[in-house]
Amino acid sequence: MAVADKNKGIALKRKGKVKEFWRRYKKNKSAMVGLVLLLFILFCAIFANVIADEEAVTRHNPEVRRQGPSAEHWFGTDIYGRDIYSRVIFGSRISLTIGVLSAALSLFLGGILGAVSAYFGGWLDDIIMRIMDMLMSIPATLLALTLVAALGSSTTNLVIALALSNLPSFARLTRSSMLTVVDSDYVEAAKAYGARNGHIIFKEVLPNAMGPIIVQTTQSVSNMILTASSLSFLGVGVQAPAPEWGAMLAEAREFMRQFPYMIISPGIFIIITALSFNLVGDGFRDALDPRLKD
Amino acid sequence: MIPVLIGIAFIIFFIMDFTPGNPARLILGQSATAEAVEQLTEEMGLNDPFFTRFFRYLYNSIVHLDFGVSYRTMKPVFDDVFTRFPVSIYLALCGMVGSTLFGIPLGVLSAVKQYSKLDTVVNVVAMTMVAMPPFWVAMVLILVFSLYLGLLPSAGAATWLHYILPTITLTLANGSAVLRITRSSMLETIRMDYVRTAQAKGVPRKVIIFKHAFKNALLPVITTVGYIFGSLLGGAIVSETVFAMPGLGSLIVLSIKMKDIPVVMASIILLALSYGVIMLVVDLMYAFIDPRIKAKYQRG
Repeated sequence: MAVADKNKGIALKRKGKVKEFWRRYKKNKSAMVGLVLLLFILFCAIFANVIADEEAVTRHNPEVRRQGPSAEHWFGTDIYGRDIYSRVIFGSRISLTIGVLSAALSLFLGGILGAVSAYFGGWLDDIIMRIMDMLMSIPATLLALTLVAALGSSTTNLVIALALSNLPSFARLTRSSMLTVVDSDYVEAAKAYGARNGHIIFKEVLPNAMGPIIVQTTQSVSNMILTASSLSFLGVGVQAPAPEWGAMLAEAREFMRQFPYMIISPGIFIIITALSFNLVGDGFRDALDPRLKD
Repeated sequence: MIPVLIGIAFIIFFIMDFTPGNPARLILGQSATAEAVEQLTEEMGLNDPFFTRFFRYLYNSIVHLDFGVSYRTMKPVFDDVFTRFPVSIYLALCGMVGSTLFGIPLGVLSAVKQYSKLDTVVNVVAMTMVAMPPFWVAMVLILVFSLYLGLLPSAGAATWLHYILPTITLTLANGSAVLRITRSSMLETIRMDYVRTAQAKGVPRKVIIFKHAFKNALLPVITTVGYIFGSLLGGAIVSETVFAMPGLGSLIVLSIKMKDIPVVMASIILLALSYGVIMLVVDLMYAFIDPRIKAKYQRG
């Protein structure tokens, strides 16, 4: 009975937190714009096969090559006569998957390294952070490029490369936001009553250090999407004929003088996606911790 | 710094070791016989274990300053690297100056007029700029200014005119970072007690903004600007490629694709070294600009 009561109290508290969070988030205009844009892209990705023609993504159609936007082909057709609208819509699946997966993987690995580093300190902390410093002095795009070249060009390898090249910033952030929590009284208390290291890290420290980490993860999704499209543009990311936006732009580049419409829609979709994650990330930051706002 | 560079060398050497393809085959071409390829592989010492090769590389590069020959051109790596590095330095400098000229005035302005219409517009512009992929911006600029208007060249680095479009691209990609840090740093200092004191004693608004607030808000801005310069040196890969500029970034892309390991190694080590030096200069500038830090050193 007492246990049930206690659980109920916790559940109530959590619901209150979410409500409070939403109340603050709602008031932020740019965050709401970001949310709408994000929902739009999610809609495109989830219902891609409903609102676009999956077959048209890769079907070569010589009769309708290089046609400008029309009622039949909203965004026109490319040099092989493929419907750009369908390709752009299905491209959202690829970009979102790459962005979210690589940010999650980077967060997971960097989070573990940072958490271990902050919690144990000493020589382990030194070694981990020195390695992170080394990785940080190589520009992330360059590191990702090298990694993809080594692993071979594929979507999976692209995700791994992006995750690894952004790992140092996650490790650093987790470490610094955990360090502020590690010294607090409730962690001291948990140590005093003999909680195991794992319990303290995952149950006491991480939830309280989560705020900045959530914000950075959201924003890094947009970063990852931009880098992924850059790498695909350079020809080492997602391979043709997959409708990745960067790869589409690389294809359209040679013909942009005669057919400028080919570079418009993929570019706009990249911007919308990246912008939405940035705005939502900013909104999260302001709603999670109003003190941080400006 | 040296241990960091050796560590970076190890990481890149390790990664490049995974790259598929045999350099000997790349040098000799597809028509060479298997025996010839095998012989060259042996001569180049590519059959040795990983650590043997790595330490040989380290020994040669540190003791003899010999970073090997390019597999692609068969000339010493630095022939290529050093002819291309200046282009990257100019480009990074242009990008840094552009971002600063764009970011600082707008950042100060939007902080001083916080919550005004101007502030909102500046913020929206800044957010959109970060979300634009640089290669797409570059393509649009080429389309408009080179192909349609015919005003500016779209490829190469021969004259200063060639640097205009790349500079705009880099400014659009990095200017908002300067803008945002300037804005938030200004907002912080504007609320300081000494600013209020200055207001109370009737110092003119302009003097307060530029003399009291801006000078103190400058430190984090300098770090960001230094960081942008450091990362642009090797990070302007995409702009260099789209504008066909013979810089270090495009050399690295080419070399990675050709599995030209010595060039990749030398270029990345050079970039990491420059990055370290730039960060050091930024730290030293701190002491120069901030009397509090200078005082600390003089006392200590």
